[in-house]
Amino acid sequence: MSDQIASKKIEVINTTKIFGKNAKRASQLLNEGKTKGEILKATGATVGVKNASFDVYEGEIFVIMGLSGSGKSTLVRLLNRLIDPTMGNILLDGEDIVGMNKEQLRNVRRKKIGMVFQNFALFPHKTILENAEYGLEIQGVAKAERQAKAKESLGLVGLAGYEDQFPSQLSGGMQQRVGLARALANGPDILLMDEAFSALDPLIRKDMQDELLQLHNDMGKTIIFITHDLDEALRIGDRIALMKDGEIVQVGTPEEILMSPSNEYVERFVEDVDLSKVLTAGHIMKKAETVQIDRGARVALRMMKQLGISSIYVVDKAKRLLGAVTAQDASSAIEKGKTLEEIMINDLPMILLDTVLIDLFDIVSTAVIPVAVVDENNKLQGIIIRGALIGALSGDNQFINNNGTFDSDSDEQTDTEVKVNG
Amino acid sequence: MDKFLPRLPFAEWIDNGVDWLVVTFGTVFDGISDFLKGIVEGSVEWLDMVPSILLAVLFALLAWFVSTRRIALFTLIGLLFIDYLGYWYPMLQMLALVLTSVFFALIIGIPVGIWGSQQATARKIINPLLDLMQTMPAFVYLLPAIFFFNIGVVPGVVASVIFSMPPTIRLTMLGIQQVPKDLIEATEAFGSTTWQRLTKVQIPLAKPTIMAGVNQSIMLSLSMVVIASMVGAPGLGEEVYRAVTQLKTGVGFEAGLSIVIVAIILDRVTQHAGKKKQGGITK
Repeated sequence: MSDQIASKKIEVINTTKIFGKNAKRASQLLNEGKTKGEILKATGATVGVKNASFDVYEGEIFVIMGLSGSGKSTLVRLLNRLIDPTMGNILLDGEDIVGMNKEQLRNVRRKKIGMVFQNFALFPHKTILENAEYGLEIQGVAKAERQAKAKESLGLVGLAGYEDQFPSQLSGGMQQRVGLARALANGPDILLMDEAFSALDPLIRKDMQDELLQLHNDMGKTIIFITHDLDEALRIGDRIALMKDGEIVQVGTPEEILMSPSNEYVERFVEDVDLSKVLTAGHIMKKAETVQIDRGARVALRMMKQLGISSIYVVDKAKRLLGAVTAQDASSAIEKGKTLEEIMINDLPMILLDTVLIDLFDIVSTAVIPVAVVDENNKLQGIIIRGALIGALSGDNQFINNNGTFDSDSDEQTDTEVKVNG
Repeated sequence: MDKFLPRLPFAEWIDNGVDWLVVTFGTVFDGISDFLKGIVEGSVEWLDMVPSILLAVLFALLAWFVSTRRIALFTLIGLLFIDYLGYWYPMLQMLALVLTSVFFALIIGIPVGIWGSQQATARKIINPLLDLMQTMPAFVYLLPAIFFFNIGVVPGVVASVIFSMPPTIRLTMLGIQQVPKDLIEATEAFGSTTWQRLTKVQIPLAKPTIMAGVNQSIMLSLSMVVIASMVGAPGLGEEVYRAVTQLKTGVGFEAGLSIVIVAIILDRVTQHAGKKKQGGITK
């Protein structure tokens, strides 16, 4: 996902929610810089969300993460005003929803925002189909049309054939699919998912995450996903906002959060993360030295000598990886007058840019020359050396490329701005 | 106490208030009186036109349709037994009184309950009123009812309505408030209007609880029939009252047993009506 060009879908500007009667006094204290605990003591009011500001871009999965009580569920409810903010502005496609009247707000909820709930919140007295129809039903869509749309979205989540069952007849995972289908049936641009998978067991949760990513890929909706599970956040988030005590502590890509925690809290939060499941080949690859195939063995050997390396990768003009030559083979080729093509090793170990480290161990440990990292078009992006793999796993930043990008060649710069999670 | 605070003449005020109401709204009360009397006596007349055995069978079929075969069988035998004892007509009179009272208790009680479920302020007004209605001895408001509506079935209906309405209101409020919060959030998140939220989610889900309230209202209304007979409401209650005043224990038991049979039928049938048709699955 290249978000350099993406437009802002949601803008949250200095939004605060204070629960309780003394909201006014509490917001005053808040402005004076008092903490949540001090305000509770002084006024009895609870600060739910404190001065939150962030943007959500069109088409991204924005994860809001925090422990329970951090205000993340409150924050997501501010976005469709299930909870009214005490202060601040929330712009949706540039329109401030805080100032909207009931009618306008209803329209936004009906057309633009779908929501999926932690405990599914299906209507137990309605069938699966009727549940999925609900959003359209209350808009007054004709029965045949809304049933068709509901069936379509049930099909999307893999529940075709369950239309006439009741929610209590389905397992948790299936119930949440219904919840998702119900939200999708309206055709909203934005999906709010409040701990949508937290009530599911780990295996099903993983399946659901994969399917959500697949759906997101296919439909390109903007998704705001609430979770308390860091692994989940890292798995599905394009960007993550970390919350603590109602405040947003850090917003960034998973890599940014992991690699440069903005404070001690974030650091402690992420220290137990299994880096091998988060970091990708793109993070630890080094610049690959290449020679174009038509240059000949002599050029290749000279380059290896200059750089002090024992093997070099052979590419075509489009930088597609063809193979590799060792210094030994190159010098014997010069003696025998062979071309590069004749002597190069063709069956190189190759991996894609976004392969996570845990899947690299095997191939890296058995490879004779450094493993080549390519993109989908077989273009060489870099190489992986064993030392970098081990160094990265130990969390040593010197081995990790920021943002997963890597300038493989100065003249290729435009081409290699590749986000790892994209 | 007397020295410091003068005794406020509450009783006098209430007497004056009642007198004023009777004089000022006499025609209104007469209208209501004629209306209620028409409904009760009219339905008794209609029901009496059907032969007792046929009517017993019809009621049994109705019970079968709404609940189970066992209850239908009990309905048939119970009603035929009442007929056999010779209390058929008083039974019809009592049924008309009870059902009319319950009908009005419901068409007032359910909307009030719904209103109360939506607003905390409404609840603050409704709850103490309900306490008053339930604990104030029925005889006390039977008396002004006579002033307003004369002697006969109508003050009986009015007293029964007042006495039997609270459970419907309370359980309607409770049932709607008990609908899980996340379901309410879901309806809101999809942009439901208040009316849509109520009719499509809250009331359907509260139905079993509301039906329990309806059931209780019917039972309370049945318990009022003897008291209602003291102001001249006819029916089985009147039979019991007369038997008691004349010290006829046996007759009293017969009529009392008939009331019990009708009560059991109504109770079981309404209990089942509440349980059935809940989304195909009991939850």
